[in-house]
Formats: sequence, C-alpha cells, structure tokens
Amino acid sequence: MEEISRKLAVLRASLVQHGLERPATERIAPLGYPAADICLKGGLARGALHEVFAGAAGHEAAASGFALALAARVLSKHKWLLWIRQDFSALEAGEIYGGGLLELGLDPARVLMLRVPDAEGALRAAGDALDCKGLGAVVIEPWGEPRIFDLVASRRLTLAAGKHNVTAILLRMNVEPAPSAAETRWLIHAAASPPGDEDDWGKPLFDAELARNRHGPLGRWMMEWDCDDRVFKKTHRRVVVAAPADRSAQAALDGARAQG
Amino acid sequence: MPRLPTDRLKRRWTARGRKDDRPLVIAGKTGGALTLTAVDRKAATLGLVPGKALADSRAMIPDLAVIRANETSDAKLLAGIADWCERYTPLVALDPPHGLFLDVTGVTHLFGGEAAMLAEIRHAITAQGFAVRLALAGTSAAARALSQYADGTIVMPGAEAGAVAGLPVEALGADHSIVHALRRAGLKTIAQLAGRQRHELAARFGSAFVTLLDCTLGKAEAPISPRTPVPDCRAERSFAEPVVTQDVIAATILSLAASLAAVLEKRGEGARRIEACFFRADGQMRRIAIETGQAVRDPKIVERLFREKLAALSDPLDPGFGFDLIRLGASCTQGCQAPATGFDTNASDQDVVFLIDKLAARFGAHRIARFLRQDTHIPEAEFVTVPAQDMPAQKMKDSARDGKIPQRPLRLFARPEPIEVTAEIPAGPPLRFRWRRAQHAVACAEGPERIAMEWWRTQEHQPTRDYYRIEDEDGRRFWLYRDGLYAREMEHPRWYVHGLFA
Repeated sequence: MEEISRKLAVLRASLVQHGLERPATERIAPLGYPAADICLKGGLARGALHEVFAGAAGHEAAASGFALALAARVLSKHKWLLWIRQDFSALEAGEIYGGGLLELGLDPARVLMLRVPDAEGALRAAGDALDCKGLGAVVIEPWGEPRIFDLVASRRLTLAAGKHNVTAILLRMNVEPAPSAAETRWLIHAAASPPGDEDDWGKPLFDAELARNRHGPLGRWMMEWDCDDRVFKKTHRRVVVAAPADRSAQAALDGARAQG
Repeated sequence: MPRLPTDRLKRRWTARGRKDDRPLVIAGKTGGALTLTAVDRKAATLGLVPGKALADSRAMIPDLAVIRANETSDAKLLAGIADWCERYTPLVALDPPHGLFLDVTGVTHLFGGEAAMLAEIRHAITAQGFAVRLALAGTSAAARALSQYADGTIVMPGAEAGAVAGLPVEALGADHSIVHALRRAGLKTIAQLAGRQRHELAARFGSAFVTLLDCTLGKAEAPISPRTPVPDCRAERSFAEPVVTQDVIAATILSLAASLAAVLEKRGEGARRIEACFFRADGQMRRIAIETGQAVRDPKIVERLFREKLAALSDPLDPGFGFDLIRLGASCTQGCQAPATGFDTNASDQDVVFLIDKLAARFGAHRIARFLRQDTHIPEAEFVTVPAQDMPAQKMKDSARDGKIPQRPLRLFARPEPIEVTAEIPAGPPLRFRWRRAQHAVACAEGPERIAMEWWRTQEHQPTRDYYRIEDEDGRRFWLYRDGLYAREMEHPRWYVHGLFA
C-alpha cells in the first residue's frame, strides 16, 4: 500500500513537472476551518465554479460576505477580483461598499466592479473575465432566477474557470438551488453572535451548509471569518443559542444520501 | 445651400411618392407677420423671394403650396450634410442657417485640384437633390459672399478684394439693419465700402462689422470652428463598390488600424480614443468611438474592441446600400512606452487592462469601476466608484486592524431606506424596527457613532446622523442611523437602514 501511494506521489510530481497538472498549492486553497477542509479534500478548488446561495430572504449580506471570504481565500497575491453584479441586485441588497471590503480584509484597490443591466450580460462578461489571466476570482451576482443560469451555463463556466485557473463564484440570491455542474454549493445564513462579552459581538459569523460537494461528504458548520488573518476559524466562545450547531457528521450522512 | 428647406421637403415627398407641382414656399413668423423664409426654384422664377410677406405672395400667385418653417429639421439636415462633407476634409463648420464651410487647405490635390474638387462636391450634393452654390476663397467670409452672388468662383489667394468688389453690400451677410443703413447712405457695393475709412465704419456700425468687411476683402482671417475635434492621425479607405458585409467591415477596420499603428509607432505613441466614421453611399454618416484606459496601437486589440462595440450597439450599424468610405481617426494620443495607468507592468496586469477596455466597450465605460477612497467621513462619499479606465493607481491606507469588529457594512444602499423604529428613549438605540414590511427585534446594538455632515460644503443645513450597529435575533446585522439629533435638531428624527453587514 505504501509502495503504491509513493508511486502515485512520484507520478503526480512528474505530471506537475511536465506542466500537465498544476501543483497542489495552485489547485487548492485551504479555508482554514479543519472540518470543512477535510470534507473538501484539502480546501476550496481553484479554477472551478462554486455556488453561494443566500439561505433565506434577508440573508443576502451574509451570503455576499461568505462569497467574498471564499474569493479572498483563493485570491493569490497580485491577482484581481472582479465582482459582476446585476443592477437590480444593488437595489435589493445594496451596493458593494469599499469600506466594507477593507474591513473584511480585502484590498479595494485590487477589486473591479462591473455593473450589468441583465443576467445575459452578467454571463457573457463572466465568460470573458474567466479568460483573463490577471484575475484571481470572479464573483457573479445575478438577481432572482434568470433562466439563462442553467446547467449548461454552469458547465460552461466550469470549463472557462479551469482554463486559466480563475475561480468563479456564483452568488445567488432570492432563488432556490437548481441542478448545476458546480464544484461546491454553499447555503448561507447569518448566525447570531454568541452571547458573552457585551462589546465583542458582530464579527462576520456564518451558518454555512455545504449542500453539494462533487468530491466528498457534506457538512454544516458555524464559520467565523477572521478579518485580520483572512481565514475561517471556529468561533471562540461556545455557541449556546438555539442556532444550528455543528453537526457535520449527520449532515454528511444526509448529504451522501441526497447525492446518491 | 439656398433652397435647403424646400429641397428637404421635396426629397421627402419624392420618397413617399407624393406629387405636387405647385410652387412651394416656406413661411415663418417674423415680427407678427408671416413672411417667406425659403422658396423653391419654381416660386423663384415667378418672382417670389425670401422676406416677402405671405399675403402678398398669395395675392400674386393664388395656387401656392405653403409649409410652416421647421428650423429644427433644417438644422438637423444641415448637420447631416456636414457629417457627410467630412469625407473631403475633417475641418467642416456650420454657417447657420443654410451654409457650410469646408477648410480644404492642403487637401485639394487629393481630388484633382480645386476646380475638380468643387465640381465633385457640386455633383455629389446635387445628386442628392439639393441646390447648391459653391465658391472657394482664401477666407471663409469671402467664400460665403461669393457663393451667394457668384456661384462657382475660385479666387486665388490675395485676389479676394478684386473678386468681391462688385458684389452688393448684402453679400457681407451683416445684420439687416446695417445693410439698410448702408443702402440709405448710398453705399451699394462692397467696393464703395472698401474705400471708406475704417474708423468711420467702426464708429457707425461697430468693430465687428469692420472685421467682417476685412475678412471678406481677404485682409484679415477669421478661423472657422470645426464641428468635431480633428483627430491626431487618421487612415481611411474608400470603395468603388460599397461594402455591406460584416466581414469586410471588420477586415477594413483591421487594416486601417494597422496603418494607424504604423504612424503611431513612428511617433512612439498610442491612442486612447479611436473613432470610426462610416460613410454610407446614400449620404448618411455614423461615428462610433472606442476609448481605452491605456494608450493602445495594436491593430488586433483595436479591431477586437470595435467588434465588441459594434456588437453591443443598441442601434445597430446599418449599412443601407453599403459604405463607400470608412475612416479611422486616433485622438488623445500619448506616449505609449510608459504605462499610462499605475498597474504593475507585468503581463497579467496588461490582461486586466485589456479586459477593462473590452468590458467598457461592451457595457459602457461607467459600468466597469474601481473604488476610490476620499478624505471624508460621510460614509457614502468615503468610498466612491469611478470608471476603471480613468482611475489612477491608488494605495488604500491599510488601517491596522488588530482584531477589531467591522465598523462599516459590506453592502451599502445608494438610497438609505426609511424604517419605523421603536426605542426605549428617543435618543437611544432602537428596540425593534420595521423594514420592508418585516419586524426585526434588536438583539445587540452598538452606538451611536455620530457623523456630522460637512457644513462647509453645502449651504443648506443637513442633520447630523447617529449610526448604530444592530444585530437582530436571527443574526442579521444592520447599519441604521437616526437622521438628526433628537430635540436639538428636530422633533421627530427619522430612521434609515443604510447598510448591511456580512
């Protein structure tokens, strides 16, 4: 067994050496949250399509924050982030605010905003953007349920993302999940700050459900975004409120059934 | 063009198949009475002239077609003709109401000399159904005077005074009252006027009139003001057979861009604005421009940007019967070696620059934006988005964060949304609030963070805002503010949701 795994490692290394496969550091960006990273086989895949859904109405900002956090994880130095959003989305959920990006640990100077009038424009722009080597991640934010974002579109985005290793993050709001070719799918709810110190609440805390994972089990975790180190971590204090607690094992079982 | 309004109507009638053989006049209101402003050829031969009262004309010729004057349409048509004339020279100026100036200095040889060029213009405009009178002279004023009274004259430089000498004083194009006064003074021709002392004329009619006279005599020069800025360099191709297909148009743009690039490369420059003019065989002209963030000259890039732009036009490029001339003009040229914007000069950043240009060509420059931080405390003004193409490099201040909780929301409403708030005390934080028809009970609140408006910028008084960071019982985090200080600034301050935290 050891012999085989050693051989496999050598083969992998030679693939990388000959430029047939990207090295693991380029392929995968660990989230920093151990339980999630184990489910994801090391971390979030770069150069793939990931979907982030607002779990319910009113949780759009949380979903945006989570999408941004994922983008911050996959973004390597000197790469740009392009955020494509439909006009209607800004009316419903607000504009992306530069000060907020800064607070979450992302440099607004390397963020481009594209405002498109409709979902068709968003999809076309995303296709072009994923073809650009200078970008590290593209967040696509249509509003509602445009018919154009279907299985075919997700397949196309996945292929485009793989070409230059640009990660595509599809941020969906006000819509029910539908079949897609995405690598992962996350359902995000805002999570209440744990009770405790009166002055220490309001950190970006997500109730994140991994609802689809093409290469591993599913899970649901309370993930806190550390704005300074730009990683996810477990929230420090115990969660005593009735919010959904850490139940990855059960969710994984459910998920496996759902996937099968 | 002496008969522009009547020609316009006749062209339209012909297109619609309407037949009307009656003499046509255009009437407009001047000083309370209807007078003729334009007459067609038939009416002119019957003795009608512009300026005659409509009632008199009707008395002379009872069977008269009278149309109300429409200056707007005439001006639009004149602008269209001016566009079309750009095929001869980039320096085209309007001479309202019905005239055009073309500065043909240095381009006549391209059309086989002055006489041949004049003949060609005359032929082309007449073919479109417009009566035209042309003259070529050293100054625009002389050319105008000659075109009205001596059609087809070509005056050698320096000979203007002799050429215009015999023309009546009306040819100067001066104000009606001045012409009237000159007539009464017995000055009937320009030659008589030229003999007078300048200070006498200036004292009586003003210095502007003297300048006009000198220009007409070729003694002074008044530059014409072209309608469009002249590109720094341009390339064009005319076709014996008008082109219609997209492929040919694209190929033409590519080859024109290549010849532009050759010129720009010699100068070590690139262009930030490239304009394509498509001249249709039937006289229409369409301008389409692309703008880039950095100076470019690579023909492939130019061609791709044009393809994006043409594909994104809401009003698509209509070749009609085909384009017989396509021109590319580069303006806003600047040195191309140094990076024009502050991106690091590595290859992948160049890709981003190109992506920005491409998206700007398709969606409009204002839609692809970057964040600009400004020195103010007003939240919505502190970070603004500006078109990425115009944005200089900017270092964002990296505020030392050390574990602080975000104080600014990720999403900010461009227009803060009013809410209904219940608070324990009027000046305190809210207990619960109603936003978008949903009740939210406040679990945690922090504030107020008091932000005063910048009184030194605006005259009107803007209330101070008290911002609160709020978390409701579902964990959703809001940024609310009370617009105005309770009791000190207003009786019942209103509350707004300004942003949402992640």
